Amino acid sequence: MGRILLENVTKSFGDAQVIPPLDLVIDDGEFTVFVGPSGCGKSTLLRLIAGLEETSSGTITIDGLDVTQVPPSKRGLAMVFQSYALYPHMTVRKNIAFPMRMAGLSQAEQDKRVMTAAKSLNLVDYLDRKPGQLSGGQRQRVAIGRAIVRDPTAFLFDEPLSNLDAALRVGMRLEISEMHKRMQTTMIYVTHDQVEAMTMADKIVVLQAGVIEQVGSPLELYRSPCNLFVAGFIGSPKMNFITGTEAANRHAHTLGVRPEHIAVSTQTGAWTGRVSVSEHLGSDTFLHVHETGLADTLTVRTNGEISFKHGDIIHLTPREEMVHRFDAAGLRIS
Amino acid sequence: MAIVAHHSRFSKIAWPVLAWIVALLFFFPIFWMLLTSFKTDADAVKPEHLLFFTPTLENYANMTENYDYWRFATNSVIASVMATAVTLFVGIPSAYAMAFNPSRSTKDMLMWMLSTKMLPAAGVLYPMTFLTKNILGIFDTHFLIILVLSLINLPIVIWMLFTYFKEIPRDIIEAGKMDGVSTWGEIREILIPLAWGGIASTALLCFIFCWNEAYWTVRLTTTDAATLSKLIEGNRAPEGLFFGRLSAVSTAAVGPIVVLGWFCQKQLVQGLTFGAVK
Ligand SMILES: Nc1ncnc2c1ncn2[C@@H]1O[C@H](COP(=O)(O)OP(=O)(O)OP(=O)(O)O)[C@@H](O)[C@H]1O
Ligand SMILES: [Mg+2]
Repeated sequence: MGRILLENVTKSFGDAQVIPPLDLVIDDGEFTVFVGPSGCGKSTLLRLIAGLEETSSGTITIDGLDVTQVPPSKRGLAMVFQSYALYPHMTVRKNIAFPMRMAGLSQAEQDKRVMTAAKSLNLVDYLDRKPGQLSGGQRQRVAIGRAIVRDPTAFLFDEPLSNLDAALRVGMRLEISEMHKRMQTTMIYVTHDQVEAMTMADKIVVLQAGVIEQVGSPLELYRSPCNLFVAGFIGSPKMNFITGTEAANRHAHTLGVRPEHIAVSTQTGAWTGRVSVSEHLGSDTFLHVHETGLADTLTVRTNGEISFKHGDIIHLTPREEMVHRFDAAGLRIS
Repeated sequence: MAIVAHHSRFSKIAWPVLAWIVALLFFFPIFWMLLTSFKTDADAVKPEHLLFFTPTLENYANMTENYDYWRFATNSVIASVMATAVTLFVGIPSAYAMAFNPSRSTKDMLMWMLSTKMLPAAGVLYPMTFLTKNILGIFDTHFLIILVLSLINLPIVIWMLFTYFKEIPRDIIEAGKMDGVSTWGEIREILIPLAWGGIASTALLCFIFCWNEAYWTVRLTTTDAATLSKLIEGNRAPEGLFFGRLSAVSTAAVGPIVVLGWFCQKQLVQGLTFGAVK
């Protein structure tokens, strides 16, 4: 079990309120991802749940139990830190066994679980090394091993992969996803990586300045962002925003069109513009188009075979059913 | 940076020479004391015997026979060891709390603790003597000396430990909390092993301060708890007599601590520079 409930939770550091009153439900077994720009309070929210920060007001409940005043060591949650936070003076084996030793498990049980974790994380050969003698990826595995051995109610991850190189990140992303499928334990995961959020999450929580902008499945957020902020934040490259007569024609203040929902033609189209930069990624090409009279730049995503030069005139046509409309307050019009 | 890059020949020679001169200046009194301790009292005051004399062990023999050096030495060991232990026992949790759970007043508290070291001890001499002798009745006891030495050294010890603890990444302490460790467990399992070098340096320095403390140990003891400082004090003669004897007593008093310091040089340098030397 691991159902986490936040009611009216606030957090202030001195006079600065980082989290205004906030409500959130994280269901048992759910993989929840917190995303948002830097400094929006993702880590703070996670640390409030962990108990590493005290709430300024409000209540946090885990499985029906009010844990607001319960110290982190008694909340039964496991956390994986961005810096890994391994105990440098202990071997890998001792690091992984540490939470079990603190919980008073028998030595035999500890050894058994260390072995199981080490096998599943490919750490068997490193058990007697100190963290200082491991690579970044191995350290990350040890941190995960230390978290899983004690069967926590929920896992908390604070940007666990951001110190790894791109290839390792993809591998670890899959491993964590698989781990979640296998264990079915609640996981809360903080990231600023779009791909991690979209691929891993059952539920994404988009935060801005401590306020939850939208909660939903990755596809929900992608298909129907509830406001301009979420629309601009989810999706890469970013959604194009168009104001003016074109928007007014569609009875909106702002239109949102994702780069992948614009068709390109050399002959005809709804809009016309001049290619400024075309970025070739192999599978895709991103065109940055100027002089459309709609916005400073429109970004268009086309397939990798298409090639334009700087200065080429092209015609663009949005897929009408994929055009998002927002009112003057930035809220979605449906 | 320019200074480092620009090693002129002058600075290559001048600095070491200067360092040697300063070192010799500091060392000279100790050297003199050592020499004098092997002279007879008569030789000790004669300038012509400054470097050339017939060495004698008489002063040392006298010391153990007549003044019970070992009793004073034992008292010094008891006082210094116990006071260091008490100071660490109180200082480690305090510094831990201040380093990892600071409040608004932590900085002020640290400053305030240090400011107590700026008061002249003489200011409270009378109340201390009166209080311990006439009211509490703990004058000239080990308990009193251990208490006083602990209290004197606590501020500096907490400062030093605080500085060392600050260097431990917060995440590691927090990982401990998440792994289900109690506060004491955190100190025992994580803090102490990680800050071991710093704690050892601090303990060593505290021990040296305790050993060398003279103001209170001389004034708050008579016989039972009297330390080596008191022994030296007791052998001081105003007319400049008994220089040989005084030097022998002093040598025997500072000897252990100098030897200890010599063996623990590295730890000490680290301690005195607050971990700046890695
Ligand atoms: N201990 C603290 N004291 C004062 N302010 C803090 C403290 N911790 C965080 N803050 C402030 O709270 C806000 C949210 O910080 P937080 O670390 O939660 O952001 P974040 O969303 O995790 O950012 P990032 O993506 O950069 O990690 C920031 O403005 C930060 O300056
Ligand atoms: Mg963060």
